[in-house]
Amino acid sequence: MSLINYSSREINCKVVYYGPGLGGKTTNIQYVYEKLAPETKGKLVTLATEMDRTLFFDFLPLELGEVKGFKTRFHLYTVPGQVYYNASRKLILRGVDGIVFVADSSEARFDANIEALYNLHENLKEYNLSLDEIPFVIQWNKRDMPDAIPVDELNQELNPEGYENFEAVAVNGVGVFDTLKCVAKQVLRQLQTA
Amino acid sequence: MVRAEWAIFEEDYWAINNVLEDLLKSSRSGFVMLIDRTGQLISQCGPDVEFDLTSFASLCAADFEANYQLAKLIGEKDFSTLFHQGAQDSMYLGKIAKGVVLVVLFNKSTTLGLVRLRVKRAMEELDGIIEALYEKLEYRNEEYDAIDESFTLEVEAEIDSLFAD
Repeated sequence: MSLINYSSREINCKVVYYGPGLGGKTTNIQYVYEKLAPETKGKLVTLATEMDRTLFFDFLPLELGEVKGFKTRFHLYTVPGQVYYNASRKLILRGVDGIVFVADSSEARFDANIEALYNLHENLKEYNLSLDEIPFVIQWNKRDMPDAIPVDELNQELNPEGYENFEAVAVNGVGVFDTLKCVAKQVLRQLQTA
Repeated sequence: MVRAEWAIFEEDYWAINNVLEDLLKSSRSGFVMLIDRTGQLISQCGPDVEFDLTSFASLCAADFEANYQLAKLIGEKDFSTLFHQGAQDSMYLGKIAKGVVLVVLFNKSTTLGLVRLRVKRAMEELDGIIEALYEKLEYRNEEYDAIDESFTLEVEAEIDSLFAD
């Protein structure tokens, strides 16, 4: 839920990384955290299990430079990938301004992608939202996997609507910033209606 | 024109701040803040804190959301207030209109009873301010013009330079 504070002159937006378990959502945020200068990022908060699986969410606030006296902040969240944490996933979607779907390109995880996408649709419905009205970007992660499905095929099967999509190897940073830039700009455009 | 979910205008900000300041003093608390349901910080009052406030706000919202779901599971509509007790510092959280959450940090220089009493009064006042603010959003759009096409282009350029590999 974007919030404009005219007094402190701040604009706050919320971006959620969604997708199947072990798909690389946390890796995306960690890469952003590692690469950005200290003055632009806040603390990276991770609520994870002992096995480093996201239990509730990861959270990273980013701050852009001041434009016309306004500070723009993006709050990045990830959801837990495992289905049995669905209650947590749903909570994180509240007030979302933009969604990145981090898909696992490997053939072995194809069904997990479908399941996560379906689950995203279902959870959004509970907030009376749909992907048609929220900025949405897909990231085909793990392009380096030996059994990675060709992107054309992935788009055909999982992205018939033709949402903007990027190839990535998040663990090496490939495609991470391209994806984030795209969703951040879409969120910004959504804020400004003609 | 901007299509933000909601906005805080100057006069509301100060009205909120007055309530928070009054609460801080009258309850003898250490720090108070107001956040929205998604964890965005609206306003704060008290001395500078050593921890990361943005993360703290985000976790408070998550805390409230998780407890809201717990309430539903046991057949309650809501838990309107939450209390976390620590050895030195404690937290008291209360739900205001439109899912806004009031967070109070306090230590042994006050009592839970006093905090609870003063929070109740502050919550009623804040309820009124937030409700009125939402009504105002229905018709007050002119200030939204501050964020126009040139603003968007400049922020986009910021995004490009910040998120460059």
